[in-house]
Amino acid sequence: MEPIIIEGTPKTPTVRFDAAEGVFEIKGRSIPENSVEFYKPIVDWLDGYKETPLDKTVVNIRLEYFNTSSSKCILDVFKKLEAIHKSKNEVEVNWYYEEDDEDMLEAGEDYESIIRVPFKMIEIVE
Amino acid sequence: MGFNIESYLPDQLKNNVILFYKGNVDSDVINHILDTVEDKMIQVNDQSRLRKKVYNVLVESLQNLYHHVDKVPDDFEDQTSEKFGMLIVQKVDSGYKIITGNFVKTDNVERLEEKIKKINRSSHEEIKELYKFILNHQRISAKGGGGLGLVDIARKTGNKLEYTFKEYNDKYSFFYLDILVNEDN
Repeated sequence: MEPIIIEGTPKTPTVRFDAAEGVFEIKGRSIPENSVEFYKPIVDWLDGYKETPLDKTVVNIRLEYFNTSSSKCILDVFKKLEAIHKSKNEVEVNWYYEEDDEDMLEAGEDYESIIRVPFKMIEIVE
Repeated sequence: MGFNIESYLPDQLKNNVILFYKGNVDSDVINHILDTVEDKMIQVNDQSRLRKKVYNVLVESLQNLYHHVDKVPDDFEDQTSEKFGMLIVQKVDSGYKIITGNFVKTDNVERLEEKIKKINRSSHEEIKELYKFILNHQRISAKGGGGLGLVDIARKTGNKLEYTFKEYNDKYSFFYLDILVNEDN
């Protein structure tokens, strides 16, 4: 299946989901007014990937900012990943946060407590 | 004299204002305000921790206006703004104050006030749990809001939400929300 690649803007993140490699990345800022519109193609793409996922999928989330409306959409992305994990395929989420950004760490911990997928919290030290 | 949204602002709010805006709150305005405030914070070398909190709170405040403001009253001076809002960003000793203002229909005042009161009487831990509950259980509304904005602001700032409603007429009030973002939290 074709990868989904979306270039970042000041308000939306760079997205690279590569089904052939099983590496998914969301990076940058996610603060659009209409986050549902932005995330829908990604969630739909995951529905396709879910049919024939690789044995192992690695998800890297490296966000600088995200708004509360994106937070719900990101949860939808994680729910799709959880379904893949449930069907006995390995899924690993790497949640990156900058060293002084406790809010971003806590946000990762929120998802970790809701979604049954292994999370790794990775501090970015500059 | 008609209703003047600025006349209700306390005097101490008139100093060290780094941004004042009133008018239509659309996507371009939001972008412009975010860029302006971010640049100013970088210029004065604020700690990135504070800068991030201010930026986050600004995003949520502006998008709350964008998603939730009620239409302005028929006799209000500005009839061209579809989403009329006011924003002040003020530098204070410990950080920044972000003040927003918008019209709320009288029928919606009680519900909004209840929501704020509930947040204000919650502990930090309860706010965190409330955030997670709404995140996991509430869908995004038709207006596009997630219902999380105020909860997120309270969580990130660790401060109570200060607010006032000033009656405009029997159908409308003007709602001021006063948020302190400081370095200690």
